[in-house]
Amino acid sequence: MPKDSGIGASSKRREDVRFLTGKGQYTDDVNVYGQTYVHFLRSDVAHAKINGIDTSAAEAMPGVVRIFTGKDFEGIGGLPCGWQVTDRHGQPMQEPGHPVLAQGKVRHVGDPIAAIVAETREQARDAAEAIGLELEELPAAVNMKEALKEGAPKVHDDLTSNLCYDWGFVEDNKAAVDEAIKNAAHVTTLELVNNRLIANPMEPRVAVGDYNAANDESTLYTTSQNPHVIRLLMGAFVLGIPEHKLRVVAPDVGGGFGTKIFHYAEEAFVTFAARQIKRPVKWTSTRSEAFMSDAHGRDHVTKIELALDKDNNFTAIRTETYANMGAYLSTFAPSVPTWLHGTLMAGNYRTPLIYVNVKAVFTNTVPVDAYRGAGRPEATFQLERVIDKAARELGVDPIKLRRQNFITQFPYATPVAVEYDTGDYTATMDKLEEIMDLSGFAARRKASEAKGKWRGLGINCYIEACGIAPSNLVGQLGARAGLYDAATVRVNATGSISVMVGAHSHGQGHETTFPQVIAEMIGIDESQVDIVHGDSSKIPFGMGTYGSRSLAVCGSAMVRATEKVIRKAKKIAAHLLEASEADIELKNGKFSVAGTDKSVDWTGVTLAAYVPHNYPLEDIEPGLEETAFYDPSNFTYPSGAYACEVEVDPETGKVTIEKFAAADDFGNVVNPMIVEGQVHGGIAQGIGQALLEAAVYDENGQLQSASYMDYAMPRADDLPFYIVDHSSCTPCTHNPLGVKGCGEAGAIGSPPAVVNAVIDALASGGKNVGHIDMPLTPHRVWKAMNQ
Amino acid sequence: MYAFDVTRPKTVADAVAALAGEDAQALGGGQTLIPTLKQRLASPATLVSLSAIDEIKGVCKDGNSLSIGGGTTHATVAAEAGAYPALAELASNIGDPAVRSRGTIGGSLANNDPSACYPSAALASGATIVTNNREIAADDYFQGLFTTALNEGEIITGVKFPIPQAANYQKFVQPASRFSLVGVFVAKYADGVRVAVTGASEDGVFRWTEAESALSANFSASALDGLTASANGLINDLHGDAEYRAHLIKVLTKRAVAAAK
Amino acid sequence: MTKISMTVNGRQVTGDVEGRTLLVDFLRENLRLTGTHVGCDTSQCGACTVHVNGLQVKSCTMFAVEADGADVGTVEGQQNADGSLSTLQAAFQEHHGLQCGFCTPGMIMAASSLLKNNPKPSEAEIRHHLEGNICRCTGYHNIVKAIMAASGQDVSNIAAE
Repeated sequence: MPKDSGIGASSKRREDVRFLTGKGQYTDDVNVYGQTYVHFLRSDVAHAKINGIDTSAAEAMPGVVRIFTGKDFEGIGGLPCGWQVTDRHGQPMQEPGHPVLAQGKVRHVGDPIAAIVAETREQARDAAEAIGLELEELPAAVNMKEALKEGAPKVHDDLTSNLCYDWGFVEDNKAAVDEAIKNAAHVTTLELVNNRLIANPMEPRVAVGDYNAANDESTLYTTSQNPHVIRLLMGAFVLGIPEHKLRVVAPDVGGGFGTKIFHYAEEAFVTFAARQIKRPVKWTSTRSEAFMSDAHGRDHVTKIELALDKDNNFTAIRTETYANMGAYLSTFAPSVPTWLHGTLMAGNYRTPLIYVNVKAVFTNTVPVDAYRGAGRPEATFQLERVIDKAARELGVDPIKLRRQNFITQFPYATPVAVEYDTGDYTATMDKLEEIMDLSGFAARRKASEAKGKWRGLGINCYIEACGIAPSNLVGQLGARAGLYDAATVRVNATGSISVMVGAHSHGQGHETTFPQVIAEMIGIDESQVDIVHGDSSKIPFGMGTYGSRSLAVCGSAMVRATEKVIRKAKKIAAHLLEASEADIELKNGKFSVAGTDKSVDWTGVTLAAYVPHNYPLEDIEPGLEETAFYDPSNFTYPSGAYACEVEVDPETGKVTIEKFAAADDFGNVVNPMIVEGQVHGGIAQGIGQALLEAAVYDENGQLQSASYMDYAMPRADDLPFYIVDHSSCTPCTHNPLGVKGCGEAGAIGSPPAVVNAVIDALASGGKNVGHIDMPLTPHRVWKAMNQ
Repeated sequence: MYAFDVTRPKTVADAVAALAGEDAQALGGGQTLIPTLKQRLASPATLVSLSAIDEIKGVCKDGNSLSIGGGTTHATVAAEAGAYPALAELASNIGDPAVRSRGTIGGSLANNDPSACYPSAALASGATIVTNNREIAADDYFQGLFTTALNEGEIITGVKFPIPQAANYQKFVQPASRFSLVGVFVAKYADGVRVAVTGASEDGVFRWTEAESALSANFSASALDGLTASANGLINDLHGDAEYRAHLIKVLTKRAVAAAK
Repeated sequence: MTKISMTVNGRQVTGDVEGRTLLVDFLRENLRLTGTHVGCDTSQCGACTVHVNGLQVKSCTMFAVEADGADVGTVEGQQNADGSLSTLQAAFQEHHGLQCGFCTPGMIMAASSLLKNNPKPSEAEIRHHLEGNICRCTGYHNIVKAIMAASGQDVSNIAAE
């Protein structure tokens, strides 16, 4: 019987009402009295020396307030990188500077050269055209392998090469892995590309900087997933503004998907410029600008080898990946191909020996950083593709091969440094076979063939590590920040509750799900609890939302704070009921004395806390408000099995998704409706990666897919209804709610299913192609089948 | 966008007069022009909006011909061109519903985007492009990429489509823009079959004359079996190379023939 | 500057605009009706969808002066007269047809336009109608479902609830 409130209920989202009626307050809806507008003059070439910037004519244009260039930022910190990776030889990665506005050189199309602040947007843009630029174009480093060759154009002249780091993991396993592969009964090798993507949240980035000289306070309104992280990075590392004088507000944010985690130049610029000109400065990205200034995602070139013994047990995995960093290190870029990728290479399988090598490369392209899944989709894709290829080579059933190699004992320490706490991969696979109706596939294939279409079935498993992250562990791995989160539970006098959380909701529905948890713990109505998020002046220092962490980390902090509240409330109740604290029970919003009919309700206690006329003032303080910080002891490990059926039109190569199912294990689920929505969205992005999306540069570093005219976003008619299930449940063992995280699973789990299905479809039509690189556009599929 | 004025004449005569002004440019539905203006790729002094001119709107069957006003939106054509079902069907798949509410047939033909749908219909139908001062045969009208026989300041007031015995348009969409990666319009008339291809050529819409001959002799998909569309001069881009487009031309032509009604 | 007047959500409004002022800018900047969003500059995402004289249009691809004298509807005018959510809006909430909310105003305007002309659209018709409205969050599943539900169709068999 589904619940109608509390944990496990599909409570309807309270935030929907404002969004459905046009009452959302997004950053572009913020207008500050007297505001100016900034337009960034951006490089239209990938790599050039700046020999001169003449702003004199532009400064005389109507409405121009001031023009800034890199010179204005000399002596001011650059954009910091939040993660330092140590290479195979124990050396720190090469870490170039990242100025707010270009200094000396431009390094990618879109690199900001000058910022024109004017009374209107169009005046700023008019003036930008009057700036005299002397750019001396240089050859560009675009292709990663070329960029590592001797004599390649150097993105950063002060670095020794374009190699950011050469990482080996686990380096001590290398020799054993090499040996195991040499002695294997069978080795399957696959070379593949994990295509470069652009996150494309529907709301483009916006930043509004305001400065109040009267109290020397700066405010930044920004489209961010983590306002406190921005405050810390920008205040401490870029602009030198102490945190108590810097407020960062991320109001309603129209989707993030990772690309709104990072601290961007435009945020630092508007904050800086507002202080300089003593007026608010607003920047609203156009979509065209977003394509060349939002951090991109993925972009790995990988070779993976899977070794099997004569009984088809996996014995070793060796991978070599080139990971594109772009022209600068975005905030968390170095961690994505390493700790968020290498640690997942065991997947759902018992493979005793694994070695992962990653070469991170600077190129004259937009910086690359985390995008939904971040490293884990790259790991899952190569692993699940190579397993499928191995099954095909060995002539065994791909499901059977996977099942045979599943990890079945938990906790399980992988050879790549993480320990899975729980999971049941057989259960999710069983569930998948059921919901996908796999037994009916043969009949469906026949029906497709009757229409002249080739039908294919692709399945895969995934595991991911989320609930990011245990601070002491990530500190050892190079993180320059803690990754705990925080919540303050403020109980008001009449019993309603305001919860200030460090997590940020930009589509995830925290305003609905977080109250479900507290309401359940106390036994009051969900409507009595409100969530406050997104404003550094209102919330405790939390690290925001990414890596499917909000409920597992911030939710745990909220539970801890609520537990503190309940403990104190019980003390107050004990006093009011003249009973021993140990005898007080809280149930359905009522405190009672065990074994008696004496009770006081929730509001009786909360009122007493704030009107302490009859109150144990000698033992406890008045008021009822508690804060907790929660630092997880491990990642959480959601897992699942996905299946996709496609039809391929043999005449055109066009692929259509006919059926898609996902069987996930997210541990305990607070709001099934929202969890399913997260999975739907993730699957759509995964299908987008597999069939449609690609950020493509030409050899000169020009972005060819620079708008929705050429970057194919999944649309309603590209996608089916999805069959999703999360009834397989092995609760996380180390957080209080037993939850795992569901935000990225769909994007991690779906690309290999789609590609495996297309390969299977082609095989059914007699075209045995080993692999096709994503996106599997009609053109690419047709080429592959006609090679 | 650069600054410009927008005028909204109510008659063709007033529009023509307005277009005689310096750097004046006609604005149809604006569905292509406005994005172009946003990129600052055009800098007219005045845009002469044709959207208030009622005399160039509407669909009218005249004997065996369908006349469509140049200012008629795609949505209206989709709804009212039932006398020429393949044309109505084509219109119903241009862009998306919002684009179809604003975009006009005259605007599309005047722009002559190499991936637009309408040029293929006009060329395959042997339509007549009617302007404020002359009539131009489709065969003379399309002159290459974004290039037509229109003179400066000349307005498309209507298009006359001879209604075929059977016709069909096959659009294979470019997955990002949803324009045609390749589109083929086949129209069968008493005096022969015409086949026009959009999306494929670097020179814009063109007729596949070999296919026309084969189909005029035998209007069946199998009549195309021995033919190959040439890849010479076809577009190579992110979404498909010339060879693929050539292949699609044949596949889509066959499908259009099979589906023609 | 040109003086224009139009009806927006039933109210008469006027304003002075430049020729290049887009309808969406007039709505957002002059009228402060910020429910209509801008998600792209190539006329594809549909976040700016409004109704002009009953037709679904992209307000980022129409000049404000061209709406002079028109009857314009935006998401702010979609609720019932008593302020409650319309059937369509309520269905989006009931079926979780939105996440971040940014594309939602455009989706509501597009869907209401569809339902006006096609009161019981099929799944395929809905997906086709939404071709010009991009959502990055929902994977469209619950949007399509919400529109089907708003049109009175049984959606209980659509995948897992």
